[in-house]
Amino acid sequence: MTNFDYALWIPLLPFLSFLILGLSANKIKARAAGLTGVLSLVLATALSLLLAWSYFGAHGGGHEQAYAALQPLKWVWLRFTDTLPFEMGILLDPLSVMMLVVVTLVSLMVHIYSLGYMKGERGFARYYAFLSLFTFAMLGLVLANNIFQTYFFWELVGVSSFLLIGFYYDRPSAVAAAKKAFIVTRFADLGFLIGILILSYYAGTFDFAQLNAPDGPVLSKDWAPVFGGHSLMFWALLLIFMGAAGKSAMFPLHIWLPDAMEGPTPVSALIHAATMVVAGVYLVARLFPVYELVDYGAALQVVAWVGAISALLAAIMAMVQMDIKRVLAYSTMSQIGYMMLALGVSDGGADALGYTASLFHLFTHAFFKSLLFLGAGMIIHALHTNDLREMGNLRKHLPWTHWTFLIACLAISGIPPFSGFFSKDEILAAARENHFWIFAIGYFVAGLTAFYMFRLYFTIFWGRERQYSHKPHEGGWNMKLPLAFLALITLVAGFIPFGEFVSADGLPHHSALDWKLAGSSIGIALIGILAAMYLYSEYKQLPSQIARSLGPLYRLVERKFYIDDIYAFVAKRIMIDTIGAGVAWFDRHIVDGTMNLIGRTTLRLSSAIKGVQSGQVQHYALAFLGGALALAVFFFFRS
Amino acid sequence: MERLLFYLIAASLIGFGLLTVTSRRILRAAVYLFFVLAGMAALYFLMGYNFLAAVQLVVYAGGVVVLIVFAILLTHGIDHRLRLAPAGQMLAALALSLAGIGVSLFAIFSYDFPKVLREPEVEMSAIGQQLLSTGKNGYLLPFEVISILLLAVMVGAIVIAKGRKMKNS
Amino acid sequence: MIEGVSIQEIMAVSVILFFIGVYGFLTRRNLISILISLDLLLNAVALNMAAINRYLHPDNFQGHFFAVFIIAVAAAEVAVAIAIIVDLYRLIHSVDVEEVDKLKY
Repeated sequence: MTNFDYALWIPLLPFLSFLILGLSANKIKARAAGLTGVLSLVLATALSLLLAWSYFGAHGGGHEQAYAALQPLKWVWLRFTDTLPFEMGILLDPLSVMMLVVVTLVSLMVHIYSLGYMKGERGFARYYAFLSLFTFAMLGLVLANNIFQTYFFWELVGVSSFLLIGFYYDRPSAVAAAKKAFIVTRFADLGFLIGILILSYYAGTFDFAQLNAPDGPVLSKDWAPVFGGHSLMFWALLLIFMGAAGKSAMFPLHIWLPDAMEGPTPVSALIHAATMVVAGVYLVARLFPVYELVDYGAALQVVAWVGAISALLAAIMAMVQMDIKRVLAYSTMSQIGYMMLALGVSDGGADALGYTASLFHLFTHAFFKSLLFLGAGMIIHALHTNDLREMGNLRKHLPWTHWTFLIACLAISGIPPFSGFFSKDEILAAARENHFWIFAIGYFVAGLTAFYMFRLYFTIFWGRERQYSHKPHEGGWNMKLPLAFLALITLVAGFIPFGEFVSADGLPHHSALDWKLAGSSIGIALIGILAAMYLYSEYKQLPSQIARSLGPLYRLVERKFYIDDIYAFVAKRIMIDTIGAGVAWFDRHIVDGTMNLIGRTTLRLSSAIKGVQSGQVQHYALAFLGGALALAVFFFFRS
Repeated sequence: MERLLFYLIAASLIGFGLLTVTSRRILRAAVYLFFVLAGMAALYFLMGYNFLAAVQLVVYAGGVVVLIVFAILLTHGIDHRLRLAPAGQMLAALALSLAGIGVSLFAIFSYDFPKVLREPEVEMSAIGQQLLSTGKNGYLLPFEVISILLLAVMVGAIVIAKGRKMKNS
Repeated sequence: MIEGVSIQEIMAVSVILFFIGVYGFLTRRNLISILISLDLLLNAVALNMAAINRYLHPDNFQGHFFAVFIIAVAAAEVAVAIAIIVDLYRLIHSVDVEEVDKLKY
């Protein structure tokens, strides 16, 4: 057995970097700050790659034996009760090792990229401190061996996301976006917390290994239905999924994600594409046996439908957005919907194809989506605008960006041999076995994805040449290198036999492509791409004509299905104007009134008796003496 | 004999005390105070507390009265006549004082004090040893505290009396 | 212990002296006079202490020490008070209590 104790250093290195940068508080030179951040991540990445190599390599490959779940470190952190102590520990299993690689790699790329992107920004060291804090939190979340630790780091991730979205704190929109993201996810986390409490109270443990064990306290019992025909455990799982949906921007808790694009673009690449937003998927995958078996997978059905609806709505909204980052944000939401969908449909077969497919997609998506975001960052860096209408024919100016962006677009659209094709195809295969309508939605969304991604691509890199205030140019090597590296991964990641490593039961599986299905999904992707090419590769009036002819339907989508407006209505009209106004009236008239009355009475009383305070010591002495004598007389003659 | 002496001293104490608080010439009041303090010292002598009597004479009669006289001469002329308080206040104070005397005397005379027959001689060395002992009934700590207090008072008095002249110079 | 004199008689003298001091404290208008009355009060208390010590606990000297300490503290108090009075006189050219009413509302 290899010694995996060094796994502790993977989260600790970014944390150290955070401490150094945070305590030095912008006193440190920008160059040194960037170097500290990058260096800590280089070490952490090297360690996690080494760990993955030795973990998966320990098997030698080939034999049909489950990967062991190891806990190299574990200690009791808080002992509130003897039976239910809070532990801190490190859990290594295929899922967490895979996530470790994803998080450290993407984070490293973002750290390097930011050297160029954030150059000369005020608060450069602060930026790197927050980035390191986020990486630490995410790694802690991934490595958690119990659900309480997950929650702990979950919130830390939320805080650092808040800090990074609101990095430009002098911009009101960024501050509003940070608050929105924090409040929405916090609201969702309330459900998560209650879910944890219910689950752990009845299971008597926080530990993932025990929760997931077939003969453990959860799965060995038959839970009687308590409410709505479902057992308590089902509702606990649903509440936990609420937290997951909040973090992963699933419908209807997705409203914070597009606004979160106010943060610096590399932050979006790291947090809102590759790591934090997939935490929800990770969480469901982590508790997958519980989700699968409690109430015969009823909770998984919910997960599947929420995923499918989110994927569809987000894809539709992505088609009309005019802000490059918002398109990518909706695309992220749609792809995460895909992953949820895949998790949700994998209750059937013993090999649980959807589980593997979902995590495979998580893996590939992390790379090509951060590639897309970093490419978008390059464009924004060159043009200083997010607006698609001010872009066009950039392929000559930004060749690196053009090629890497194209690779990523092909990958997300599902064109072989790029990585997205393989993972998406597995998802569709899994969905087809399970549920026709979910499969149909998935299939349709695949076409939409290809369409909106290539709408983006053609609008930016082809189309009409615009008047640019200065000639657009690409960033330095520190921005090109991450693009090239991520593009490389996107090219080859699809050929990783993912099922060999990560699966629901820990056993290696071989998955073969179903070429009939693959062919049809390539077909719909190509239709989407060709439609986008026809509409956007040259400047035409046609797209706006279509938009106009659709009229109210287009407006509905453009206004994001009015979901934000509904929330605003509920929050403002009902909570603030109705309930709040009543409470405010009560506060102003009853509470304040009482206080004012007390104050005024005291004032009047004191002005009435202030003459007693003559300032003459002798008067005081007289009164004092009289009082003392009266007391003496009282005590003498009392009995 | 001693009893007679005591009554004499007590009468003079009360008489001079009354004069102290009623005299309208402030310098005379100070002199009457001196007699009261001296009478007090005589009472201590009678009780056998020679040391206490000596302290009383040295500190009070020798120090405090002189200090007061200085203060009077610094602030008033010798002939200064004091104003009287309003009649109402005088009456109230008189009534209260008489009532206080009444209540206290009643309390004193209605209480049955225990009789202690043994009466050891007061030795100076015993006083000194107990005053400076750290053991049971030792008074070393208060003694030291008092000395620090006196030091602080000295500094404080100088600083206050020196006043605002610092700025002018 | 004074031959033929009971503790009650000494305490009576002390009490009368005390209330004479109180009377002076309450009626005098001059700060120095008030200080003099205060000294009467302190002396009365010291006498009380000494008498109780002498008559009820002759083995000990606690009351005796208290009298000594009272004298010391009184001396300190007089020193500070006179410093303040002199300073006050320089400030407002009066040592009348009625003039000293800065504490008044």
